[in-house]
Amino acid sequence: MSYINPTFRHPELAVNDLGYTKADYEGSLSTLCAGCGHDSISGAIVKAVHEMSIEPHKIAKISGIGCSSKTPNYFLGKSHGFNSVHGRMPSVATGANMANRDLIYLAVSGDGDTASIGLGQFTHAIRRNLNMVYIVMNNGCYGLTKGQDSATADEGSRSKKGDPNPFTAIDLCATALQIGAGFVARSFSGDREQLVPLIKAAITHQGFALIDVISPCVTFNNTEASTKSYEFVRAHSEATGTLDFVPMRQEITASYHPGTSNEVTMHDGSVIHLHKLTEGLDPFDRASAMNVIEQHRQQGQILTGLIFMDRDSRDLHEALDTVTRPLNQLGPEDLCPGSKVLENINASLR
Amino acid sequence: MEIIGLPLTRICNREYNDPRQRQLFKNVIYVGALAALLDIDMGVITELVGDQFKGKEKLVAPNIHALELGHQYTLENFDCPLSIRVEHRDLVGDRILIDGNSAIGLGAIYGGATLAAWYPITPSTSVVDAFEKYCKRLRIDPGSGRKNYAIVQAEDELAAIGMVIGASWNGARAFTATSGPGISLMSEFLGLAYFAEIPTVVMDVQRAGPSTGMPTRTQQSDVLSSAYASHGDTKHVLLFPSTPRECFDMAADAFDLAERLQTPIILMSDLDLGMNDNMSEPLHWDDDREYDRGKVLSAEDLDDMEEFGRYLDVDKDAICYRTYPGTHPTKGAFLTRGSSHDEYATYTESGEAYERNMHRLMAKWETAKQYVPGPIMTPAARETGYGVIFFGTSEASSLEALDYLAEEGIAIDAMRVRAFPFNDEVEQFIDAHERTFVIEQNRDSQLRTLLMAEFEFGPDKLKSVLCFDGTPISARNIRKQILKKIPGSNVTPLRRETARLSSGEGS
Repeated sequence: MSYINPTFRHPELAVNDLGYTKADYEGSLSTLCAGCGHDSISGAIVKAVHEMSIEPHKIAKISGIGCSSKTPNYFLGKSHGFNSVHGRMPSVATGANMANRDLIYLAVSGDGDTASIGLGQFTHAIRRNLNMVYIVMNNGCYGLTKGQDSATADEGSRSKKGDPNPFTAIDLCATALQIGAGFVARSFSGDREQLVPLIKAAITHQGFALIDVISPCVTFNNTEASTKSYEFVRAHSEATGTLDFVPMRQEITASYHPGTSNEVTMHDGSVIHLHKLTEGLDPFDRASAMNVIEQHRQQGQILTGLIFMDRDSRDLHEALDTVTRPLNQLGPEDLCPGSKVLENINASLR
Repeated sequence: MEIIGLPLTRICNREYNDPRQRQLFKNVIYVGALAALLDIDMGVITELVGDQFKGKEKLVAPNIHALELGHQYTLENFDCPLSIRVEHRDLVGDRILIDGNSAIGLGAIYGGATLAAWYPITPSTSVVDAFEKYCKRLRIDPGSGRKNYAIVQAEDELAAIGMVIGASWNGARAFTATSGPGISLMSEFLGLAYFAEIPTVVMDVQRAGPSTGMPTRTQQSDVLSSAYASHGDTKHVLLFPSTPRECFDMAADAFDLAERLQTPIILMSDLDLGMNDNMSEPLHWDDDREYDRGKVLSAEDLDDMEEFGRYLDVDKDAICYRTYPGTHPTKGAFLTRGSSHDEYATYTESGEAYERNMHRLMAKWETAKQYVPGPIMTPAARETGYGVIFFGTSEASSLEALDYLAEEGIAIDAMRVRAFPFNDEVEQFIDAHERTFVIEQNRDSQLRTLLMAEFEFGPDKLKSVLCFDGTPISARNIRKQILKKIPGSNVTPLRRETARLSSGEGS
């Protein structure tokens, strides 16, 4: 990566509906290794948010600890961010979301942060259907501590350390599906065409949205015998289908053959189109999604794309029946019952 | 001593055919008998039966019948009333009967908390129960019928405090309630909140440790683990309530303090105060009071500023200005982090910038002394070289013990400490006395350790008076221990004594 901050911008950079260029959504320069998959994901986030014309301050970025969790520094520099503690990002996101339901919570985590130390919080955020986008930058290893296998490393996969991993892998998509996640997708950092519309759909989904992104670690886990290398993922991934995201109020221009496309209207009026779906996959049926993931796993294939979506998702605020106004905007007049009420309480305790 | 035999079984068997009723009504018949013997007003007891079976009205009449059965039998068969009897009194004035946990729950409502995130643990559970109970009455939005609050039962204490920190970071008032084991689990996050300077309110209802300890017995043994919770150099503000009224006040104050000081505030109650009904001054709220939301910048503030740095000490009180996410489209954003950061919240490995930040946090600790509640003094009737320091639930028994000692001619000045950091008055108090006894309910003299660490007093200045068997400390116990430690009485301190006994050198 270059450490010289480029100040030159192309004068004709495309602006979005808000008049912002993509540069307005970028962050500081990455300090990750050159070629790291995570930087591509940061790029995809920038592209998706820019194209969706979301005001940067309407997004809160939250992460845990690890290479992946450093990335909020490298995208959306005008958004608040919270780089919390290892494996505990979901709880911080839960509190933040409870305080202000109007912001978009874009969380990034890694496979160590999610599948090991943070597995408990990950599953409970899903259980509560917290309205957030949860992106896992999944490279199967611990990059910051020099490449130990993580819990998502496939059995038999060999990183730079050389020994085959003797343990079975935790499949985050399958885990999320089993617990009841309402939006489950997998992608590959090298496939921006697929990843960008997935991020857009995840942002508009009302509830917990997981995107497990295989993101090769060029330094420790891009070896010949690794199942998380660029080469392996390119050779063994199969997309569930193609997803097009059409923002709210925008005209649908593509034409689809009848019977080959599924159209879903999202919470905010945007529309997603799913077409050319994998045989046997009904992305609105949880059992079918679980089946297809398992079949691909058994064949040594990585299934990518949108795997499951619950069109009737109810998020945590709905479950708790909180007011529609963000809780952090309530004033003393809404919160403090006053001295008269307290005198009555006193009287009841005599 | 006079023994009065009352044939409860016989009365029951004569009255009831159902074996279950024969069993159940024995107690109630006994209460009726007691009322006759002690001349207790039957009207009051009958009313209480009505209260007890509210919602199960079917049961009221049979219970009152049983009461009267016992009452009647006793009047007919014994000389009633006895020489000791109960009389109506009304010396409580406007005082109320409430447990500390309910008072904390109410304090959180009055203090404007909108999120309670917690994991169930004895003896703190009833804090959130009370919060919920009163929220259902007091916090429903009149227009929509929806809730002006959220309660999240977390998967563990780590998640509970993570939620509190996330919500506080985002501008809501949030709290968690826990006990010692929870404090241990929350330590990592407490360090983050200290270092990243995020308001965080924790209600700690202490129980007997270590480990699982005696979960249903009381102690004041989380003092050190709370004061210095987390790795690295950390210090946390502690509040020590001694009555339900203070639980209420300090719970509400904790939110103001947390936002003013941008740091964790841990309210240190205990099982004795938290779970038992206590006689207390009535709860009080001043309607003119405004919440102190601390230094928070609005969009307009940001527009009027030349430069924003999250950790810039603009006012030279070591408290910096913060912004909530979503405030301004282009200004005031920053990345909150637990890693070393400079004045602009940017990651740094510069030793100089790190030290500057750590020094500022120490300066903020000094600022905190102006905001936390000061100690309460109870001077002796005459000048004395002895002082005692106590905190929390040791108050009533300590003052009672000092009354006994005064009767025996031993004058001792008393100070109740209400917060950590200690105010300057605490240091002056210890300085002004030749010897100060520190009364506390733990084995290791935790408050004394804290006093020595903060003020660098020698061990000779401060002598411990301890009780850690899980029961509340008694006045008799305090008096006995102080007498032993008055010079000339030739008794070694408790800890040395214990060590010698356990190593087999018992005297």
